[in-house]
Amino acid sequence: MDSPVIRFQGAKKIYPMSGETVEALKGVDINIYSGELVAIMGPSGSGKSTLMHIAGLLDSLTEGKYWFDGEDVSFISRDQQADIRNKKIGFIFQSFNLLARCTAQENVELPMLYQRPAPSNLHQKSMEALRMVGMENRSSHLPSQLSGGQQQRVAIARALINDPTLIMADEPTGNLDTKTGKEIMNTLAALHKNGITVIIVTHDHEVGQATQRRIFLRDGLIEKDEKQAQVSGLIVS
Amino acid sequence: MNIILTMIRLAVRALLAYKVRSLLTMLGIIIGIGSVIVMISVGRGAHESIQRQIQSLGANMLMIFSGSSQKGGVRAGFGSAPTLSVRDAQAIERECPSTLYVSYVLGTSAQLVAGKKNWGTRVWGTTSNYNQVRDWQVQDGEFITDQQVRSASSVVILGSSVAENLFDPGEQAVGQQIRIKNMPFRIIGVMQARGRTPSGQDQDDTVLVPYTTMSRKLVPNRLPGVVHFIMVSAQSQDLVEVLKQEVEELLRQRHKIIPGMTDDFTVRTLDEYANMAGETTNTMTLLLTAVAAISLLVGGIGIMNIMLVSVTERTREIGIRMAVGARRRDILLQFLIEAMVISIIGGILGTVVGIVTAMIVSGLAGWVAIVGLDSIILATLFSGAVGIFFGFYPARKASCLDPIEALRYE
Repeated sequence: MDSPVIRFQGAKKIYPMSGETVEALKGVDINIYSGELVAIMGPSGSGKSTLMHIAGLLDSLTEGKYWFDGEDVSFISRDQQADIRNKKIGFIFQSFNLLARCTAQENVELPMLYQRPAPSNLHQKSMEALRMVGMENRSSHLPSQLSGGQQQRVAIARALINDPTLIMADEPTGNLDTKTGKEIMNTLAALHKNGITVIIVTHDHEVGQATQRRIFLRDGLIEKDEKQAQVSGLIVS
Repeated sequence: MNIILTMIRLAVRALLAYKVRSLLTMLGIIIGIGSVIVMISVGRGAHESIQRQIQSLGANMLMIFSGSSQKGGVRAGFGSAPTLSVRDAQAIERECPSTLYVSYVLGTSAQLVAGKKNWGTRVWGTTSNYNQVRDWQVQDGEFITDQQVRSASSVVILGSSVAENLFDPGEQAVGQQIRIKNMPFRIIGVMQARGRTPSGQDQDDTVLVPYTTMSRKLVPNRLPGVVHFIMVSAQSQDLVEVLKQEVEELLRQRHKIIPGMTDDFTVRTLDEYANMAGETTNTMTLLLTAVAAISLLVGGIGIMNIMLVSVTERTREIGIRMAVGARRRDILLQFLIEAMVISIIGGILGTVVGIVTAMIVSGLAGWVAIVGLDSIILATLFSGAVGIFFGFYPARKASCLDPIEALRYE
């Protein structure tokens, strides 16, 4: 395998909280390689959200080292983080996080607005991304006119628009019924098959079953890191 | 460029989503910019009409007043000492090369009686070229002739206001008899209407008689040859200042004023009148400027307030934008653009309100409102500046949000 997309070494995160300090990550070492489909699991308070935020460059480590895509990003500025998020990371959230006043297509185009230099064929690219998630005939709908599953598809299209190295999904099925959740998982699996690295943060074991590798966190430390050859039948191709 | 256009589009959409709120936010800017526009256009119109009034006193004209009388330290003011005479006027005509016309007047107040109507007004005794110096023509009949001045004829020219007050509309005034101080006078002409002087006097509320008639019959106990003031017109506008110096020199010589003594006369050009009249408009301009400044301040604070609310309401949106790669500067720019869109739309509405108000005000005051493109551009730029100034704090606040906190915000 080639160099890891994500590499943590002794990763620590300490939050100050009402006078005390909370150690959310207590020294974590992880390597995630290109093309992997990984689930980060654990109960609430285990540090999985913190890990996701730091891996997604929404937050920084207090101590330790972090290499993203071969680059040391342990102590870069907020603007540098923003640029890497823009170019290399696509986010998918539990609550979809679409802009309510923008159409599906405008939501998909959002990351491109912040791309430097500004991309040219904005509309063409966004339509392509919507087609990939099967939402091309809903491009001019507002999020309020779409079902939860459809909104999450738009969010996936938005995550894909800048050809990211990594897709970071935070409880992507948490707000969806089982059937729709499965469909979303299928979409993510299909992306993975196309060679995109996908990290899913979840406490849903069924979702975890659908991945090749599961990292369990507990109290800020890695409890278990297991690879499974046999992926569960949740994914129907 | 793309991103800025998109941001403007989004800002307009955000404004349309809350129409009433946006309009109320803009109100301060609308009033502020409106008063700026009213201030500039009415101020300009007023200035223009004052200039026109001053020009109406006569083209390229100088006024020479007799100086203040001084008895035991009491100075009575211009015209109180009888220091100017017909001979001074004649000397100016003879010896000052820049002179075009010279005329002089001697005045008194008198009651006029025509049939059953009567009217109190100012009577001026003057010469046959008074109408040329003042650049003021008769509308009906003819002006006083040299012959009538020489023979001290009992003839009178009416100002249009006097004619209106003594005669019914449509009634022919020329040729009729009126009585001034109980002496009969024949009306030989009615002057064109001239309007008010910059100081508000009705120039048409006056009658003219030959100078000699005035000095011999109406004010017989005055010193012979005395005049109230002399009017001199220069041959061209460029020569007005030259003429002023010529006249001053000549009169000093004639009145035997040696250097160090105070002149016993005063020479005024119309420019000096214009400057005096300007002070009135300046006061008004100052007042409107204060109104404009206060409403722009209040309007700006309104914008700041609503933008702070907007930043709080849209915390999650800010988080989403940050997550997909917006830098702090992008967020700052977005909220600044929104503040500017509010204030510039407010500025445009204010410009419209201002133009309408200026027209109403000028219509009521009898002025012409002059709305220049420059004032519209100025107003727009100014409102944009208000948007930037008062939008900066909320925009900065938005750009400093923590992306995770913002994404979690409910």
